[in-house]
Amino acid sequence: MSRLEFYSTSGSQAVVESLYRDLEHRIVASPPGLCPVDLAAAFLKMCHAQTCGKCTPCRVGLRQLALLIDDVLEGRATMETLDFIETTAQVISDSADCAIGYEAANMVLKGIRGFRDDYESHVKTGRCLCNLDQPVPCVAQCPAGVDIPGYVALVGAGRYADAVRLIRKDNPFPGACGLVCEHPCESRCRRNMIEGAVNIRGLKRYAVDHAGIVPPPPCAEATGKTVAIVGGGPSGLSAAFYLSLMGHKVTVFESRKQLGGMLRYGIPSYRLPREELQKDIDAILATGVEVNLGVTIGKDISLAELHRRYDAIYISIGAHTDKKVGIEGEDARGVISAVEMLRAIGDGTMPDFTGKNVVVIGGGNVAMDCCRSAARLGAKTVSVAYRRRQQDMTALAEEVEGAMAEGVELLTMMAPVRIEADENDNAVALWVQPQRVGSIDSAGRPRPEKAAEPEVRVPADVIIVAIGQSIELKAFEEAGVPIHRGTIAALSSGGIENNAGIFAGGDCVTGPATVIKAIAAGKVAAANIDEYLGFEHRIEVDVKIPKAYLGERPSCGRSELPMEKAFERKENFQCIECGFTDEVAKQEAQRCLRCDHFGYGVFKGGRTKRW
Amino acid sequence: MVKMVNLTIDGMAVSVPRGTSILNAARSVGINIPSLCYLKDLNEIAACRVCVVEIEGIQKLVASCNNHVWEGMVVYTNSPRVREARRVNVELILSQHNCDCPYCVRSGNCELQKLANDLGLSHLNYHKEPAPANWDVTFPMIRDASKCIKCMRCIQVCDKVQSLNIWDIANTGSRTTVDVSLGRNIREADCALCGQCVTHCPVGALRARDDTQRAFALLNDKSLTTVVQIAPAVRAAWGESMGLSREEATVKRLVAALRRMGFQYIFDTNFSADLTIMEEGSEFLQRLGEPGKYAWPMFTSCCPGWVRFLKSQYPDMVKNLSTAKSPQQMFGAVTKSYFAERIGVDPHKIRCISVMPCMAKKAECALPVMNDACGDPDVDLVLTTREIDRMIRAEHIDVHALKEEEFDSPLGVGSGAAVIFGATGGVMEAALRSAYFLVTGENPDADAFEDVRGMDGWKEATFRIQDTPVRVAVASGLGNTRRLIEALRAGKVQYDFVEIMACPGGCAGGGGQPIHEAQELAETRGQVLYGLDKVNDLRFSHENPAVQALYSEYLTKPLSHKSHELLHTDHEAWKMPLAPSKK
Repeated sequence: MSRLEFYSTSGSQAVVESLYRDLEHRIVASPPGLCPVDLAAAFLKMCHAQTCGKCTPCRVGLRQLALLIDDVLEGRATMETLDFIETTAQVISDSADCAIGYEAANMVLKGIRGFRDDYESHVKTGRCLCNLDQPVPCVAQCPAGVDIPGYVALVGAGRYADAVRLIRKDNPFPGACGLVCEHPCESRCRRNMIEGAVNIRGLKRYAVDHAGIVPPPPCAEATGKTVAIVGGGPSGLSAAFYLSLMGHKVTVFESRKQLGGMLRYGIPSYRLPREELQKDIDAILATGVEVNLGVTIGKDISLAELHRRYDAIYISIGAHTDKKVGIEGEDARGVISAVEMLRAIGDGTMPDFTGKNVVVIGGGNVAMDCCRSAARLGAKTVSVAYRRRQQDMTALAEEVEGAMAEGVELLTMMAPVRIEADENDNAVALWVQPQRVGSIDSAGRPRPEKAAEPEVRVPADVIIVAIGQSIELKAFEEAGVPIHRGTIAALSSGGIENNAGIFAGGDCVTGPATVIKAIAAGKVAAANIDEYLGFEHRIEVDVKIPKAYLGERPSCGRSELPMEKAFERKENFQCIECGFTDEVAKQEAQRCLRCDHFGYGVFKGGRTKRW
Repeated sequence: MVKMVNLTIDGMAVSVPRGTSILNAARSVGINIPSLCYLKDLNEIAACRVCVVEIEGIQKLVASCNNHVWEGMVVYTNSPRVREARRVNVELILSQHNCDCPYCVRSGNCELQKLANDLGLSHLNYHKEPAPANWDVTFPMIRDASKCIKCMRCIQVCDKVQSLNIWDIANTGSRTTVDVSLGRNIREADCALCGQCVTHCPVGALRARDDTQRAFALLNDKSLTTVVQIAPAVRAAWGESMGLSREEATVKRLVAALRRMGFQYIFDTNFSADLTIMEEGSEFLQRLGEPGKYAWPMFTSCCPGWVRFLKSQYPDMVKNLSTAKSPQQMFGAVTKSYFAERIGVDPHKIRCISVMPCMAKKAECALPVMNDACGDPDVDLVLTTREIDRMIRAEHIDVHALKEEEFDSPLGVGSGAAVIFGATGGVMEAALRSAYFLVTGENPDADAFEDVRGMDGWKEATFRIQDTPVRVAVASGLGNTRRLIEALRAGKVQYDFVEIMACPGGCAGGGGQPIHEAQELAETRGQVLYGLDKVNDLRFSHENPAVQALYSEYLTKPLSHKSHELLHTDHEAWKMPLAPSKK
């Protein structure tokens, strides 16, 4: 035996390492809707395999916890069992020697407190509360329920116009979503079990890019009913599209000069070229939707008047007012809100930042839109002041990386404390307080805490506040629309209690969220407004989906959409993202595992053909 | 022109239309790939993985039930990999199946048992862990979780054919199973008790409550008088599981078997079907004569599955139902009043037993309002066709050796119009034959209304009775029924008289009938009934002499006070769980 030995991985250990990676992938690809108690039992079993075996609570206690949870799952438990599980887990948490034990116990505690209803349901009824209603993971994750395996297969078959028609069954913004959707569909893609999610958004973009102009389907026979849509953003226009297809007469009231809402007034054109947005809007308007621009409800016409004139109303005003950061000097000249800036850009009024030092406050996607726009508007330096770490930013990672590639500097762990202005009240600097990482909050991000360091001065001529938006509710609140925590209190149907015929959805109900959620809310509202008006129109499309390929699907990594070169793209507002080549699109489409045909999908018929 | 696809299966050249599944392509040349969960058109979900085959050039084994053939495909249904996969998958299914076969109602008629036998399995290589059974076994339909193989057929039949969605997947992961949807228990659910899930279950996981032991107990009690009635559709099916040909399996042979068992009075529900026509037909004419006074159109009320459906799905339309009781219940009420008086027996000492093609009848006879004759339940016990077959076997009666025997008198007389009650359209046709007579005073051609026959799920016709056009519709199967009712409610169709039977094809395809894997026998059995109508000397309910005697001796006339008391009911007087969408 040598005095020291150089460690090298044994063969079996190497395999175990690769199994760990497989397991990570597998957890990523967990289907939504699984029984949390069953999962808790499975997690616990894995945790127990990690025990070194030295200490009682971990070596024995975790096993006993697993048996108790099995009792729950097998219908052998009583309500006392649940208390016993909690007590035992608490003791393990308190007395285990190392994290292997106490963290495992903490997972059990988190579960028995966090999803106690599920535990109790097993005890009382012998079954759990869960249901895999939508078994195709991408479709389940898409708020609008777009038939993703269907259109991916259509792209693979070269039927791009059919793909667009299929997408429009659930989402009338295939063009915009092909460019800017946050693609929750990819998060649980079963392909993650093998190597990585299918690039679904890339394939959607490819379909739209190659489909040419696809006219909308014909409208149903006119019903004679009228619907007013308040707000011409993605949610309002989605509702307008489907209601129009159902045969209702739809009028959109939009307070700005143009339609599109946050797609136009929030997302810069380098991410969403205006001509692409316009194509979606044109198809929606082609169904016969009437548009009144520059009309604000509560100013130009009251909600009550609208209610008198129309059979139903859909409020989808979005979240378009800025939030103040609440620090000294915020009123200084040169301090602007993200909303204000992006709105101006949306109407083509470009601020000139030539030679200026620009600091953006915030860490979300809007902050990235602002800093990347500022870079394009001639700023000398652009930085982002954010009080947490880069990985804690709510912006998509690719947005942050894109901004950095375009020369944006991240000032992380820096909390803004005040704005310094010169004698003419022009902002000259943002003072920030360095932070250190603290304990983890409920969302799993560490809280920033004040570091024992002096404040830092960041020179700034322009300070853009991008810390969130709120909703202009006054006119609606006065008209009797119920408000809850700064949003319209709408039901999951889009309806509003005690306000028959008035529906609401999108950002004004959820708070600032994603495009696809807004679209989904519009779709839901359309269905329920149709029902409210006494109809049962169904939206469906006559597109035959290609059969699933039965052969092997060999391992093949995920392709990413290529980007324009950073040093060129930051000079203008042209689209920065390139589409797939034909070759790559074909390959990516063939990576789809067709969960509509294989597995549980086929049991539920593979797809929702009509709604 | 359908494009043909050429392929090779087990070395045989096969040519089938494009879009054919591999399984059906194989069956077309006599290669019967074993399957368990597959149910044509309803359940092609490739869940059991018993039907897997090997395809040249494709690495994984492929389910043959829901994958289609392609040109040049080369398929092996018995390659070493396929053989092993089929055997292992059957063993895995068996590992979760309660194999208490000797006392399972499906023993001898179980797809899993047959498959395991065919494969020659002699032992199980896996740990046995059937799920615990947990069900209210007093309910007319029973689900035994320990026998469920999760084929999902019950879910599909209830969704796609009957549109009731009583069943759904419950739990996730390894504990995934089938249970009543929306977390309900079966008594809280809007189950019509049609029994289509039972007749489409490949194993013994779903069954009707077995009341044969209770029936034997009644027969054993010598202080009681037992009266049994045989429903029309039973005669078209009872012999199927006894090895009798359709020619041999006559109702008279069944009468002989029941007499051998010890039933004292053996009567025919056809008698009370004729009585139903007198009441319901008269009621229809009365309603027709007073337009605007009654909810329109009038619905038949013979089928308890349909009544349960209507009460749960469209409670506002219950008033459209004829108030006439079903033939089963009319029979019971007449037995414990008129007949009891005639034979001078205390009706409390009579036990009225029915043999029905139906599971919902078990619930119908137990309704709190069905006790109009003497206060006791008018019908005490309902046996399905399957149960009466079981009793015949238990009594070791050799049905082949039985001579035909006649029904007892007087409630054993029935017309041809009554026997077709057992098939979709039959009640309507019988009613029209007599309504025509009641209006015009003369009989129509007995086959004048044959347009309402046949297996279409939703039929309509307009007939003229004198100068009045009568618009009728007939639906069978609750999915078809829902479409009809929705169209009616939307004003898309207008009818005067609507006949509904809950089971596709009517009682001939009832949930209490013998079970045959992958065969829908409603049509064949229905044809037997139409054949019996054709050869019957009596083709009109109003000509039934026993019915005429009942009126002259006891009830006076249809819709009389006495008739109302005994033969009509208030459908609103009992509760049925509402459909989830109506709550």
